[in-house]
Amino acid sequence: MKPPPFDYLRADTLDEALDALAAAGPDARVLAGGQSLLPMLNMRLVRPTILVDVMRIGALRTVEARGGALEVGAAVRQVELERRADLDQTQPLLAAALRWVGHAQTRNRGTVCGSIAHADPSAELPLALVALGGEIRLRSRRKRRVVAAETFFAGSMATERRDDEMIESVTFPLRKPGTGYAFREIGRRHGDFAIVACAALVDATSARLAIGGVADRPVARALPLPGPDLDEALDGFAWSLEARDDIHATARYRRDLVRRLGRQVIEEAARCRG
Amino acid sequence: MPRLGADRRHEVRFTLNGRPVEGEAEPRMLLTDFLRHVLGRTGTHVGCEHGVCGACTVQIDGAPARACLTLAVQVEGAEIRTVEGLAPAPDRLSVLQESFRAHHGLQCGFCTPGILMSLDELLSRRPDASEDDIRHQLSGHLCRCTGYAPIMKAALDAARRLRGEGETAADA
Repeated sequence: MKPPPFDYLRADTLDEALDALAAAGPDARVLAGGQSLLPMLNMRLVRPTILVDVMRIGALRTVEARGGALEVGAAVRQVELERRADLDQTQPLLAAALRWVGHAQTRNRGTVCGSIAHADPSAELPLALVALGGEIRLRSRRKRRVVAAETFFAGSMATERRDDEMIESVTFPLRKPGTGYAFREIGRRHGDFAIVACAALVDATSARLAIGGVADRPVARALPLPGPDLDEALDGFAWSLEARDDIHATARYRRDLVRRLGRQVIEEAARCRG
Repeated sequence: MPRLGADRRHEVRFTLNGRPVEGEAEPRMLLTDFLRHVLGRTGTHVGCEHGVCGACTVQIDGAPARACLTLAVQVEGAEIRTVEGLAPAPDRLSVLQESFRAHHGLQCGFCTPGILMSLDELLSRRPDASEDDIRHQLSGHLCRCTGYAPIMKAALDAARRLRGEGETAADA
């Protein structure tokens, strides 16, 4: 359980990091908080030839509310966002989801963008980003581009990020007046990966539910408001995710959680509209 | 910043329990192994080596974190605190350590250094930590001996004493 050998570059500037990524291509990995990458290295599931540590790049350390969204830089740790005094108000779904991410001890190191880049299908932050319709800002030495969360996640631990790109920041749309938000998940123990995680947004005319832990990526869908049509729509959503049996839960149990937990979070979000 | 080569050892310097330390590490060396094998500080225990069990938890710049999910080269210049830094003097235990002893908060002791480092930070950041806060912090640790109840008791008692509200009753 020791990492394989790699070179280590502690980048002082973004250009330095981007140059290293451009030079090494698929053999490089960005190291931020390391709370997903280090387990992968310890178990030798990845064998990069160089790690590019971006945590000392000052330009990546910012959290800023602008243009109706909260922009979170690549070197911002999860705990920094969690302890923002106004997060419950500015984006309640993100505040609720953060409390479910790993443990306090891993949130102290892990970054928000790192969890997005890792793209675990049951992770809370990718789910929250998809639910809210957020964006990922990618940067390479040659260009910048912005990808919508719903197209960024390409499968289990797979994303649209190219080898020479890194996530510079992600943006979570801010709370909208008249919209309610809710987040819940079921796992064996607090801090375990979710068996099913649900994030919901409800406004006066529609509901949106995003599900993690079932398909190979977080998936969002528009659903009816609580009422006679909701159960059938939830059932259709549950079947469309093509749940599979694994060591943690059966496919049938996962579908049932999508129906029941899904309804609960939609109802909760509807109650929280304000 | 020069690139540190995979096949060589490099100087790493940081502050450990208030004193400057230095040693050599390959880029791939984990902080757990650096503390134990290079610096000889074996108080930090190594359990699962993938961030699940919490035995290796140390404080990095004041925040409890997994030493097994941290490279030694990442903490260059940081302030690290380990279980060896808790006791105020060689012949005295900290309040938290005393409470663990009084309430049988440990049996085999393997998980204890990590749990102490997590609770020490929680109780200094939030002296009024509730039972729920303590449980939440403890959720990042596995203990296979105690069933956690004596750990909760010890933590709550330590919190009371740190707030100046009463003494530990021996073997309560």
